[in-house]
Amino acid sequence: MGKDIRSRIPGTFYRRPSPEEPPYKDAGDTVAKGDVVGLIEVMKTFHEIRSDVEGTIDRFVVEDGDPVMAGQTLAVLA
Amino acid sequence: MSIGKLLVANRGEIAVRIIRAARDLGIPSVQVHSAADADMLAVRLADESVEIGPAPASRSYLDTDAVLQAARATGADAIHPGYGFLAENAAFTEAVRVAGLTFVGPSAETIRLMGDKAAARACAADAGVATVPGSGGVIVDMDEAGALARDLGFPVMIKAAAGGGGRGIRIADGAREFERLAPQASTEAKAAFGDGGIYIEKVIHDARHIEVQVLGDGRDVVHCWERECSLQRRRQKVWEEAPSTALDDDLRDTLCRSACALARSVAYSGAGTVEYLFEERTGAFYFIEMNTRIQVEHPVTEMITGLDLMAEMIRIAGGEPLRLHQEDIRRAGHAIEVRLNAEDPASDFMPFPGTVSELALPDGPGVRVDHCLYQGYTVPPFYDSLLGKLIVHGDTREEALRRLARSLAELKIGGLATTAPLFGALLPEPDIRGNAVHTGWLEHWLASGAMTSAQEQGGRAA
Repeated sequence: MGKDIRSRIPGTFYRRPSPEEPPYKDAGDTVAKGDVVGLIEVMKTFHEIRSDVEGTIDRFVVEDGDPVMAGQTLAVLA
Repeated sequence: MSIGKLLVANRGEIAVRIIRAARDLGIPSVQVHSAADADMLAVRLADESVEIGPAPASRSYLDTDAVLQAARATGADAIHPGYGFLAENAAFTEAVRVAGLTFVGPSAETIRLMGDKAAARACAADAGVATVPGSGGVIVDMDEAGALARDLGFPVMIKAAAGGGGRGIRIADGAREFERLAPQASTEAKAAFGDGGIYIEKVIHDARHIEVQVLGDGRDVVHCWERECSLQRRRQKVWEEAPSTALDDDLRDTLCRSACALARSVAYSGAGTVEYLFEERTGAFYFIEMNTRIQVEHPVTEMITGLDLMAEMIRIAGGEPLRLHQEDIRRAGHAIEVRLNAEDPASDFMPFPGTVSELALPDGPGVRVDHCLYQGYTVPPFYDSLLGKLIVHGDTREEALRRLARSLAELKIGGLATTAPLFGALLPEPDIRGNAVHTGWLEHWLASGAMTSAQEQGGRAA
């Protein structure tokens, strides 16, 4: 039973700080509590999503630019 | 070439407003929408609706081809863009014309001219309208710009030529900061707007924002008086009034005439707004920009003039000449609009999408609510947070303020946080009661922690 990283707010999920920059985190990367894993755009404002778990990212389950609901899982840890 | 069927290329409260105006004119409407907006109020009210793409605006409301395809599929012969999205996109306006359809708004040339904020400044100066002292046009040489900034006196504003609506603005307090910010502003403007052109303007301290509503039919132009929108947060208006108590009749006349002169100089067609900064200390006003669309705050003008601006702009687009002579446009009383956004003023205006669990709207004499809500409606997180506008009218400003207080007490939007508590907290303020405000007033008031009392009373509209 793996841990996962969720978004507390609804909106559009982005994995990069801006389109030209690399993703905050990729599959295989380790995360610590408080690490930024992505951005949620909600009503034209951007909010950093920080991990409240630690471990290694197995995979992202939401694609860059996809809509998410509040509480939805963004990434699953190995 | 009167309009047979109108396609609404927008969403939210303004889409509802457009559908109502069209219906009052006997024109059926087609509402386009994204997959996330299938249950919005405008879809329920329109005669027909068409889904044009997924949730992201770039693939739905901003998708020119999808909008034009929806018009073809439904036999709509005109497109109303509302505000935002495609409203000031000259390429879209041109594509609408090429498709043989009517665009409810001015020509692509006018939109392009006024959309280039540096060119618009030059155009205003040519029409005899005072502009904020600054670079005549886009900055070419950074060293020259630095010298000009020193001559103007710091602070100066660095603005993106392709910006507008408060976007792409930086303020430099000194020469060194200017040298750092100017190239940065150009790079960011290039990234954000695809155009790195910047220009500079002197900062006018403690200015009021006053704007003039105009209507033109491509031959003649009339004004519908002014609005004052000095209460702003992050350069977004939150409270608007008409008329402005800061103007006497002579100044009002001069201001409104200058707006007409500018609109006439471009043979303006449709509804438009000429925006100014007003320096009360000197009585000077300076052109900022012209918005070539209907504005969010148009209802305050409708409340004092009795006009239906949305219907007038649709009639003009349909080929009717202006129905109004300047002397027919009278104003009576005072109107105030406050913007109801799905944002929580108790936590730094954090966006607050969600489901409307309860809805009670104010009513009675002198009260109007333009909105997009119904009980059970889920406000999606993908778009602007504007839910609606509460507009009040009274014989005097004092009466309008009392009606605003009454209306806020009657208003209940359950399940969401909204900006309504902000206005409840502002109403008792002496500066608000006396309209002793400027464009920096609200942010200063918020920074002083004055919202705390509202938070203690429960920041969310229950």
